[in-house]
Amino acid sequence: MIPELGHFALILALCLAGLQCVLPCAGIFKKNQAWMQTARSLVLGQCFFITLSFLCLGYAFVQDDFSVAYVAQSSNASLPWIYKISGIWSGHEGSLLLWVFLLSVWMLAVSLDSRRLPLIFSTRVLVVLGMIAFGFLLFLWATSNPFARFLPLSPIDGRDLNPILQDPGLIFHPPVLYMGYVGFSVPFAFAVSALWGARTEELPWAKWMRSWVLAAFGFLTIGIALGSWWAYYELGWGGWWFWDPVENASFMPWIVGIALIHSLMVSDKRGIFQSWTILLSIIAFALSLLGTFLVRSGILTSVHAFANDPKRGVFLLGFLLLVIGGALALYAVRAGLLPPRGARGRNDDAKIELFSRETAILVSTVFLLVGCATVLLGTLFPLIYDAFTGQKLSVGFPYFNAVFIPLIIPVLVLIPLGPLSKWGHNACRDILKKIKIEFIVSLVLAMLLPWIFAKTVSMGVVLGLGLGIWIGLGTFKSAFDKIRQKGFWGLSKGAWGMISAHGGMAILVIGVTLVSYYHVERDLRIKPHQVLEIADYQILFQSIEPIEGSNYIGSRGYFLVSKQGKQVADLRPEKRTFVAQGIKMTETAIDPGMFRDIYISLGDPLGGGSWSVRIYYKPFVRWIWAGGLLIALGSFLGAWGRRK
Amino acid sequence: MTPRLLLLAPLCIFLIIGGFLWKGLALKPQELPSVLIGQTAPPFQLSTVEDPTRHVTEALFQGHVTILNIWATWCSSCQTEHELWMQLAKKQDALFLVGLNYHDGLEDAKNWLKNLGNPYRLTLFDQNGRVGMDYGVYGTPETFIIDKRGVIRHRHVGPMDAMVWQEKLLPMIGVLENEK
Repeated sequence: MIPELGHFALILALCLAGLQCVLPCAGIFKKNQAWMQTARSLVLGQCFFITLSFLCLGYAFVQDDFSVAYVAQSSNASLPWIYKISGIWSGHEGSLLLWVFLLSVWMLAVSLDSRRLPLIFSTRVLVVLGMIAFGFLLFLWATSNPFARFLPLSPIDGRDLNPILQDPGLIFHPPVLYMGYVGFSVPFAFAVSALWGARTEELPWAKWMRSWVLAAFGFLTIGIALGSWWAYYELGWGGWWFWDPVENASFMPWIVGIALIHSLMVSDKRGIFQSWTILLSIIAFALSLLGTFLVRSGILTSVHAFANDPKRGVFLLGFLLLVIGGALALYAVRAGLLPPRGARGRNDDAKIELFSRETAILVSTVFLLVGCATVLLGTLFPLIYDAFTGQKLSVGFPYFNAVFIPLIIPVLVLIPLGPLSKWGHNACRDILKKIKIEFIVSLVLAMLLPWIFAKTVSMGVVLGLGLGIWIGLGTFKSAFDKIRQKGFWGLSKGAWGMISAHGGMAILVIGVTLVSYYHVERDLRIKPHQVLEIADYQILFQSIEPIEGSNYIGSRGYFLVSKQGKQVADLRPEKRTFVAQGIKMTETAIDPGMFRDIYISLGDPLGGGSWSVRIYYKPFVRWIWAGGLLIALGSFLGAWGRRK
Repeated sequence: MTPRLLLLAPLCIFLIIGGFLWKGLALKPQELPSVLIGQTAPPFQLSTVEDPTRHVTEALFQGHVTILNIWATWCSSCQTEHELWMQLAKKQDALFLVGLNYHDGLEDAKNWLKNLGNPYRLTLFDQNGRVGMDYGVYGTPETFIIDKRGVIRHRHVGPMDAMVWQEKLLPMIGVLENEK
């Protein structure tokens, strides 16, 4: 009964979404205020029914209702309850429902906030969002109904959830990531609305859009960081980024998101770059949709997964073409009409000087977009190649490292220069004078520090570390200048947001550089009571014992880590075999630290009491995620600060 | 006029990408006809990933039906495919599955097999990709079926999937097993 209720709620939500595309839209054309105002109540209704439907699916999972095909596919009775809940989004149908659910949450937030906006503008935004919701609900209903029943022969127990997915990381990673993906629909809707009315009106849409972009970007950042963290400790590979198509799908909107945030700032403060900003918001959402398409259609990893149900891919792609193609067509026709507006009115101050904050931002956004295009090319290349030659191949990390990193270096160089330069005109000499000490200090430190601590220096380390320190010092300098001017408490939330995000970027760059160049990986054959050395640490393999969990059996190794005779940590990696599917999983044990991680992962027994064990020494790896969190914090601060 | 045309550019680029995606949807897992089909497998002499001192030649293919799977650690579709090989190797002991590690590092390949499990009887180590070249490998993964006399009978390009394996290759291997 409950699944049918969920299904019914989904259909009602679909109907309301259909109405939301038509009724307020007719109101806009007929200039009928009452019709326009229906948009808000329609959003409320839609949100209610989608939430209801989502809860029904959750109920079916918690109650182990295996007559529902989707539940039987991705959950079983012996699963801990928390994984039953995360089972909701572990497969295709459920994660789409999550997508739609989060879209309705964003839509509700926009509609609650819409009283600040002129009615006609907010109605347009809600109509555009309604169209997106309609498309996805139709997709769910027509091709991927999560409530479909397995009747009359319903299984007694379901399949096990893929053990890789039985992890706390998975409970939060997809919802947060999707929150970011879906969040880019809001700036997209604002951009389309601005184009829609470009002929007759001049509205400060850039100001209204900012907090939405920042919020979506913050969620996306946390989502990516969680994903990378999860891959690091759960997959047992010790890497934190693999340039795999699914990761790229989330990385591309992130890159464009950065460009969008900064270009939007220029559009807001200076009234220029308007069509660039609009284009970036369309691209950001296009990449979010593309990500959903790539991940969900299975087009890249396995053609077969997709051939099972060709309807899905065709539908998603048709939808993508309609939404993004439509928006870009509107852009082609209308973007020329967006007037450059200066802070004090039309065409005032709209000229761009060479040495100014505008130029710094413009140049960085162009580099970011080009960088994103190279990632897109690498991700889609196997597909393009296949289309031309009928052959398949895989593009790996050598391409991405070689192409993307050089493109991003100029952006990193510019990061501290942006906040230190002024809007409008700057003398080149002024900027140089402000920052020359920082420049020299970061260069010297970048050469000195590796030499003191690691005894080896290479070009890559000097470059990466130097850039990180340069961003850090430059950000510190601009924070210091601002505080001196306005006092510690006088700084706006937006300013703190910038400081946090740029500082986070500095930490991220330093972390990435040091872990890439100084990590140590050892794969060993080792017996209990043996001691081995890695970096400055001695690791004693004490013993290995059998263990048993609720749905797995396995072994646990006991390791003692010490440094110069002092015990540092006691690590217990595990090897688990999940009973239901017979899949083996490695539970790594990590001794975390601010400056290094020691990471032990248990391999297989090799006979004679010895085991294969891999031990990693990962310096500064935590800085990557810490940097990510600071960037997210900065964008949330910025989003909050804009809400007035 | 120029700025107007410039504004059209994003739409055009998008439509081109869309076209590729559309074509990508229509693609089926393909077997590529290879000039090598019906020919004796090209000769080689390689060491193995498991034991760098051991040298193996094409004589390996004599006397049983061999499934030669070409993979690399830098190839993400190989990783997806690997699970299937693990399952197959577990189910069918008689399967003579040989890996060929293509354009890769020895340590990387070892770690991969250590972490993901090793479904192969042995894995040839083709570090500079010369042997792969002789076999006409364009990208990984690829799979060849070689009969008892060492003749290549079938080539599958791209990741193996359970359906193709079950419906096409398994019957084919059955037929080949019964050949003299």
